[in-house]
Formats: sequence, C-alpha cells, structure tokens
Amino acid sequence: MGIRCDSVTVAYDGNVVLDSLDLTVEPGEVMALLGPSGSGKTTALRAVAGFVRPASGRVYLGGEDVTDLPPYRRGIGMVVQSYALFPHLRVDENVAFGLKARRTPRDEIRQRVAEALELTGMAGYARRHPRELSGGQQQRVAIARALAIRPRVLLLDEPLSALDTRLRAGMLAELARLHRELPDVSMLYVTHDQVEALTLADRIAVMDSARLRSCGTPRELYRAPADAFTASFVGGANLVPVTVTADGVSFAGTELKLDTAGAAAGARATLCVRPHLVGLGEGPNRLPGTVREIQWRGATHRLYVEVDGHTMMADVRELKAPPALGDTVDLYFAPDDGVLLPAGVTGDDH
Amino acid sequence: MTTDSALRAVPARPAERKGSPRRWTPHLWALPPVALLALFFLYPLALVVRQSLRPDTGGTSLKPYADVFASEAFRHALWTTVWLALAATAGCLVLGFLLALVIAFVPFPGAKPVARFIDVYLSFPSFLITLALLFLYGGTGVVGSFQFLTTPWGVLLAEVTYFTPFVMRPLLGAFAQLDTAQLEAAGSLGARAPRIVRQVILPEALPALAAGGSLVLVLCLNEFGIVLFTGAKGVTTLPVLVYGKAILESDYPGACAVAVVNVLISVGLYGLYRVVSRRAGA
Repeated sequence: MGIRCDSVTVAYDGNVVLDSLDLTVEPGEVMALLGPSGSGKTTALRAVAGFVRPASGRVYLGGEDVTDLPPYRRGIGMVVQSYALFPHLRVDENVAFGLKARRTPRDEIRQRVAEALELTGMAGYARRHPRELSGGQQQRVAIARALAIRPRVLLLDEPLSALDTRLRAGMLAELARLHRELPDVSMLYVTHDQVEALTLADRIAVMDSARLRSCGTPRELYRAPADAFTASFVGGANLVPVTVTADGVSFAGTELKLDTAGAAAGARATLCVRPHLVGLGEGPNRLPGTVREIQWRGATHRLYVEVDGHTMMADVRELKAPPALGDTVDLYFAPDDGVLLPAGVTGDDH
Repeated sequence: MTTDSALRAVPARPAERKGSPRRWTPHLWALPPVALLALFFLYPLALVVRQSLRPDTGGTSLKPYADVFASEAFRHALWTTVWLALAATAGCLVLGFLLALVIAFVPFPGAKPVARFIDVYLSFPSFLITLALLFLYGGTGVVGSFQFLTTPWGVLLAEVTYFTPFVMRPLLGAFAQLDTAQLEAAGSLGARAPRIVRQVILPEALPALAAGGSLVLVLCLNEFGIVLFTGAKGVTTLPVLVYGKAILESDYPGACAVAVVNVLISVGLYGLYRVVSRRAGA
C-alpha cells in the first residue's frame, strides 16, 4: 500500500509551508523526508496523516483518494518525537487503544496486543505505565501501538530525536529490523538527521524552504547529488565555483581533471567534493591552501583549508603530526570523486 | 567532586549539633504567621464555639445544639444547603467541562479573549450575577414573570452561572498542558472526538476537575449573597439561617451552633478532598 502526494500545497494564513509536493512512496518502501527545520517535511507528513488540509492537491493511500477523509478513517500508524503515549493507560491498554476504537473483538485485541509487544520487544512490560519506562522503551510502545492496528502506512515524525546518541543507534537498527519483518508496510520517515535517512531509507526526499529539492536512493543523492543544497545537507560537501574546461574544470587558477558530463567548456559550474574524499599531501588534482582550523575527531582530523578565498574541508585519518594553523598544505582528490553541479549556491556557509 | 563535597560535609555536622542560634531562626520565622492566625482566625472561632455552648438561660451546656438539631427549620436548611451545593457543583462540573473543551480545543475566533474574560469573571462579586439574573428572569425582568428565581431552582441557576468559571479556570490550565500529539495519535489510531474526550482528555483533566469541583462545593455550601438576593423568601440555607438567628432573632447561641455545624461540614469536605486527591495521585 503506497502513498502518493499529487501537487499538495499547504498554507497557513497565506504563508505557503508546503509548495506543490509531488511524492510517491511505493508499497513496502521506506521514504525519508530529510530537511532542516521549517523545510515543510513535517507538514508533508501531517498532510498525509490528515491533520492539515491541503489548500490544493490530492493525497492518495493505496490508490484511494483520502484528501477529504478525517485522520481516524485513513488507517495510518503514527509515531512522533514526544511518543504521545496516554499516561493514565498501561502499556497494553495503550497498544489496545486503536483496536478498541475500531471495535475489534476482545480475543483478537488480546492476541494482536501481544503480537505488537512481542515485535517491539516490550512483551515483558505490558502492565507498566508509560512513566515507569525509559525514553527508548516508551518509543517502542508507541511503535507497537501504531503497528497494532495493522496500518496501511507508518508515519514517523522525528521518532528518535528525543533519544540520546547511543539509544538512537540501537533504535535505528531496531526500525530496520521491523521493516524487514513487515515488508508490506510503507514508511514515511521525517528527520533532520542524515545518518538516520541514509541508514534506514530506500529513498530520500530532500526538502528545503517548503519545496522538494531532490529525491533518490541514498547512494544517488550521496554520490551524484543533483544540486548544491542536497550535496551539503546529505553528507556535507565542499562546494566551490569553477569554470568548465576541455577535460575538467579550472578553479583558483588550477586545472583540475574530472568528468564534466558533457558540460560546455567555458560554462560556470559548482564543484562538489565530499570532505572524506579529500586527501592531504601528494596526489592528483592538487590544491595548495592555508590551514585555518583543525578539529580532532578521534579517528579523523577535520582540516579547514583556505584555497583562494574558499574554505575547503578535508576529513583525513588521524594525523600523527597535524599541521599547525597557518601552515601551507596540499589537498587533492581523485578525478572520479568530483561531481559537477549547476552553478549557484556554494558551500562556503555550510 | 563527590569525595570533595563529602569531606566538606563532615565538619559541618558537629557545629550543627552544638545548637547554634541558626537552628532556631526558622522557628522564629513561623511565629508571626501563627500569631496572626491565632489572633484573627482561631480566637474568634473559639469565641463562636464558646458562645454556642452558652445558652441564654445561663451556664454551659449543649442545649443550643439540642434546640437547633430539634428544630424543623435547621433540618430543612441543612438539607437545602447540601443538595443545592451538590447539584450546583455537578452542574458547574458538566457545564464547565463542556465550555472549557470548546474554548481549548475548538478553534474559533475570539477563544483567547473569552478565556481571558473568565479570569475577570472570577473577580466579580457573586451578587452581581444574581442581580443580572434578576433583570433577566425576575418578576419585572426582560423575559417575564417566571418567579422561579425565588425558588431553590433560581438559586441553583445563579450558583451554576456564577461558579462555573471556577471549574473552567483549572481545567483550561490542565488542557493547555495536554500534549496535542496525544490527541492526534488517538485520532490516527481511529478514535473519533467523543472517544478522545472520554479516554484521553477526561482522565488527564480529573485532577483539575477534582480541584475545581471541591472548591465550588465548599463555596456553594457557604454561599450567602446569592441566596439572599434570589431565594431569600423561600430558600433557607445554613448561612442564611445563621444570619436570621443572629440578626433577626438575636439568638446568638443558636446562630453560633449552626455556624459550627457549617464549619464542620466545610472542614470535613476539605479533609475528604485531600484523601481522595491523594489517592488519585494528584
């Protein structure tokens, strides 16, 4: 059962917060909506859930037009950042809530509550109250509650943002496992965290300023981003303005070799190189620059190097003898690690 | 850090044991409020109790109580007081819950000014509402001569009208605390509005309902102004009886006996409320 948004526009008091979104989530697919806060990703999810009414456009669930249906008739499971468990109900009563609302027979309720709690590893906590559980456990209960009604689609709105880093990694693996065990459930996963999106999603839709910027598999977005925003938001990127030459580009007076993908010589473009693909020392496509900042990150050093007025980031393996600030160093990158993007926004401020 | 603070904590103890003047300072601070309480509240109350035990015939006896309990007027007033207070509280709870629901959850233009008006309303004197009702329903009122304002039903109407905001205030506070994500989660799980109100909103509003309800109950038990303005002719509650005995009949021991009964009911209800609210975990 898939989701389809057909030029869905949402506006509050004349402010367009979602601008004609076209998005299709295939049955069984995990789609991540990735973007900074205020990008419209949560609004898109709320439009699918039925909590906001689109000013125009239609929302389809499994081919059925649900734009005019209230939330309680859409058959969706929803998991939010604050868990939104009912504090006065026990864990099993929370999970049974949706089934009771659907007037499911009592025996079936008991069976499906047990199933959902088993699936999320919360079977041993059925008679506890939410306040007696940790954040991670509460989120598991919220997921069990959403899954118990056997939803057509599962909507997750920043489900891991309230958890600390270690729990988050565990829950991420847990969600991936859930998806393997429920291959038919489509998931729409809203997040501002690219790691969550890259780890979990079959495809990522990148949103910015109420618009869908690009949509593709994590690999596509990472290896060959379609625009500068996507490049810097997914994975981080060095973005510098260049001029296309016969067999590469020219940047800061240096000729760099790379695949120009048929761009006309003399055209202006943006060069995108991932920081971890930039090396320090001798290599092809050399760029001399001045070290402006060094951050030690345990396994790696991040260097901020000024090259002709542009700051380039390089993530290199931990250096035994890191350069000092102000030193002149050589950066390099392999010709097939550079991607040409349309000219425009550069990454200096990202 | 831990060992450091532990070390510093050790020498602090013997100094405390020596009985430094600091130990007594907190107790000294308690004196002024206790003294004020005793002078202006407990002492007059004690006088009322003493007076209630001194019949006009002289000596100290329980005769005023025996007389009061034996009188038909007292039993009638007691019954009227209790059922009026209970009915008014029930009415305020139902009406207040519904109105607060609408103000908090139904988006309509002007919801905020209405919520603010409730705060202002709480500061109105109770007889003002009664006066307004007299203009509306009274013998010469706009709606005509129903005459029902002078019956217990008129008192009930006036009390519900006046005291409903006392229930709404804590409720609106509780509703503002409610995580709207819970309501949305309930909606996405398939629950319609009535089920959401019953199973999500109501349980979380119970402490606020208990607080507002018990406040209204006690206020209604002791209400004087409303009863005096509306039902003075036909409706006698305990406070009105106290007023009648003391001012009109100059029966001070009797008035004091009724007053003591009234105080006991209020204190008893308050104690009951504390027990219930503690058990509810509020």
